[in-house]
Amino acid sequence: MARAYSKTKRFFSFKRKYLCIPYSVFLILFVIIPIFIILVYAFTGSTEDGALYFSFDAFTSFFTSPTKINILVVSLFVGMLNTIICLLIGYPVAYLLANSKVNKNKILVLLFIMPMWINFVLRTGATRDVLSWMGINGGNHPYLATMIGMVYNYLPFTILPLYTTMIKLDKSQLEAASDLGANSFNVFLHNTLPQSLPGIVSASEMVFMPTLSSYVISDTLSEGKITLFGNIIYLNFSQSQWNEGSFMAFVMLILVGISMLVSRHFDRGEQSERRGTLW
Amino acid sequence: MEQNSAIISLSHVKKIFDGTTVVEDFNLDVKPGEFITILGPSGCGKTTTLRMIAGFELPSEGKILLNGEDISYLPPYKRPVNTVFQHYALFAHLDVYDNVAFGLKMKKVPVEVTDRKGNKKIKMKHLSIKEIDAKVSRALSIVDLDEMEDRDVSTLSGGQQQRVAIARAIVNEPKVLLLDEPLSALDHKMRKDMQIELKQMHKKLGITFFYVTHDQEEALTMSDRIVVMKDGVIQQVGTPEEIYNEPINAFVADFIGESNIYNGTMIGKKKVRFIGANWDCVDDFPLNEKVDIVVRPEDVLMVEPEKGTTVGVISSKIFKGVHYEFIVNVGKNEVLCRDTHDHEVGAKVGIVVEKENIQIMHKELSVNQYTDAYINSNGQVVIGEDPFDADLTKLLPGSHLEDEGSTILIGPNGKHYDLNDAEVVAEIDLDKIELSDDLSKGQAQGTIIQSVWIGDHYQYIVRTDDEEDYVVNSPFTWNENDIVSVAVEKEDIKLRLKTPIEELARE
Repeated sequence: MARAYSKTKRFFSFKRKYLCIPYSVFLILFVIIPIFIILVYAFTGSTEDGALYFSFDAFTSFFTSPTKINILVVSLFVGMLNTIICLLIGYPVAYLLANSKVNKNKILVLLFIMPMWINFVLRTGATRDVLSWMGINGGNHPYLATMIGMVYNYLPFTILPLYTTMIKLDKSQLEAASDLGANSFNVFLHNTLPQSLPGIVSASEMVFMPTLSSYVISDTLSEGKITLFGNIIYLNFSQSQWNEGSFMAFVMLILVGISMLVSRHFDRGEQSERRGTLW
Repeated sequence: MEQNSAIISLSHVKKIFDGTTVVEDFNLDVKPGEFITILGPSGCGKTTTLRMIAGFELPSEGKILLNGEDISYLPPYKRPVNTVFQHYALFAHLDVYDNVAFGLKMKKVPVEVTDRKGNKKIKMKHLSIKEIDAKVSRALSIVDLDEMEDRDVSTLSGGQQQRVAIARAIVNEPKVLLLDEPLSALDHKMRKDMQIELKQMHKKLGITFFYVTHDQEEALTMSDRIVVMKDGVIQQVGTPEEIYNEPINAFVADFIGESNIYNGTMIGKKKVRFIGANWDCVDDFPLNEKVDIVVRPEDVLMVEPEKGTTVGVISSKIFKGVHYEFIVNVGKNEVLCRDTHDHEVGAKVGIVVEKENIQIMHKELSVNQYTDAYINSNGQVVIGEDPFDADLTKLLPGSHLEDEGSTILIGPNGKHYDLNDAEVVAEIDLDKIELSDDLSKGQAQGTIIQSVWIGDHYQYIVRTDDEEDYVVNSPFTWNENDIVSVAVEKEDIKLRLKTPIEELARE
């Protein structure tokens, strides 16, 4: 009797861990399985009747193609440049925005975030028109046009995490630094900057990898003259070269992994609490 | 130029924040090597004063001198003072060693160097790593944190973080060490230990300590001199003994240690009347002068009823370890006293205070204040035993009475409050009381016991039968011992509830 009772009880009792079921299902359906499919396609080829077989064809075709390697290098370069420019512009802006005297009613923050409300493709198209009206177009300055578009698009993603970090800066630490003999430059270098490092890491994460895989901006603004990693993956899939496309998506995945590891190194322990995040 | 022997000298320092004066005309000379404490309740301006010396705030007026040199407007990093912050403000991204070494790494010292041509010149150079190392480990050993150099500050306990904060400041060998309530975040036991350690550190280092706290016990234990502040104004400066034994006013007496504070009146040469009895005292004040009386609980002696100067009934007893603490009701007054002997609650005891232990302080009279007033069932304020009409709606803005003469107050949100028997503090301006020889004209009657000519008017004290005193400014002439009535207009009685009004709300 007792056993039967306990059995029914266990069947009906709701445990907190069941709450993770929807997420697990989501994770398996939309993350694990797609990654698995990418892996399968990256290391297989298919015969004409559709049967899959294991092969390194995509691997060799990627690493023996100077064009593709070149595109990867250019993409990494564009990504880094974009991250650096965004940080150089975004950091001082976020610093000012976090100053309650300058930004009394937070309207300024809104001004910087508002472009995100407009449809991304429309926004990019508009940027192209404005730039070409100013005499910068994909024809004469493909890199300049692309970089302007990239910075314009990713700046809000840099400012937000930096801003959330900056408003949480420990002011008494800044005072302590200046009390201990640091002038304003040294206070910034030895205290403000280290304190805001988590925000810098977040901002870089928000900008660097998405830049590599974005293809609309470079496509629209350089009028097809600059091909980024995202463009070439898209191109491969649209031309039904699923194996090559998957392999490059796999390379992308590894890059994401590396960048995560690098950023983990920067914010460990206590500081992660103060880390500014976008979402 | 006259050399000032003070290490820090503040003269006429004033600080205004957004129109509010936080520190008012602050004058203080701190001697080299002194342990000086600024003591006051929160919001009294003590931390602002410290921050002005540190350089985080600039004085609105006045000067701050350090060794005779004006530092009022120097930025913090140029001042030879260091601060221990209330919440330590340790650098979270640095370990213990780097926290302590921070100031040393920022510092440049003049070094004589020989350039290629053989000329000698003075160059500003950073300290060498070796020098920094030696200084850091010395500072850490002073605060008992040897071997902790590589620890992350977030892994340290509160007490250890506190020590790092102190080491970080003293390693720079500041002229003055500023401490902003450094022990407030520690638990009781830890705080006691740190108090003793800080005092020893002060002796060992010989640095001037400028300490800010709201804890009177801390101030009494550690300081050479205490500055008591209230509302941005210095109340008293003195050694702990002076401050404790001879408080200059009721505020200081109340803030430093527990005390019995009463209103009293001088009734003769070195004779004072308070809590319904006459006492001998050592201070001489003019006859009939209103004074504040302070008696420390440990100075109240409990004797047999017939031997006491006055007699009271014990209403409560608390065991405090070494002694008992009693509250004795003498008439309407409470007397807090301490005794090592046990007495039963409800017992009658006599109370004696040695005349040296009765502190008498001059009272500035600007308003008649009655702290034992209450509201009766007719909606009147009772002072002593005399009822006065008063405007009860002033207790809650936007409210009105249910009926004329009712005690039910209806708030702007429709809530009902029952004011019957509510205890209030009533205040009446000296100028708002009318005296009359028509005894039916006023709400209370009494005898004029004192009259003083003050410039252009008389100041009278009228004492009623139930020993409430009304101090009255009047242009008319009366004689002492005249019996008069006291009349006050309804709107001239200011009322303040002793309890929050929400507690009187009715369902």
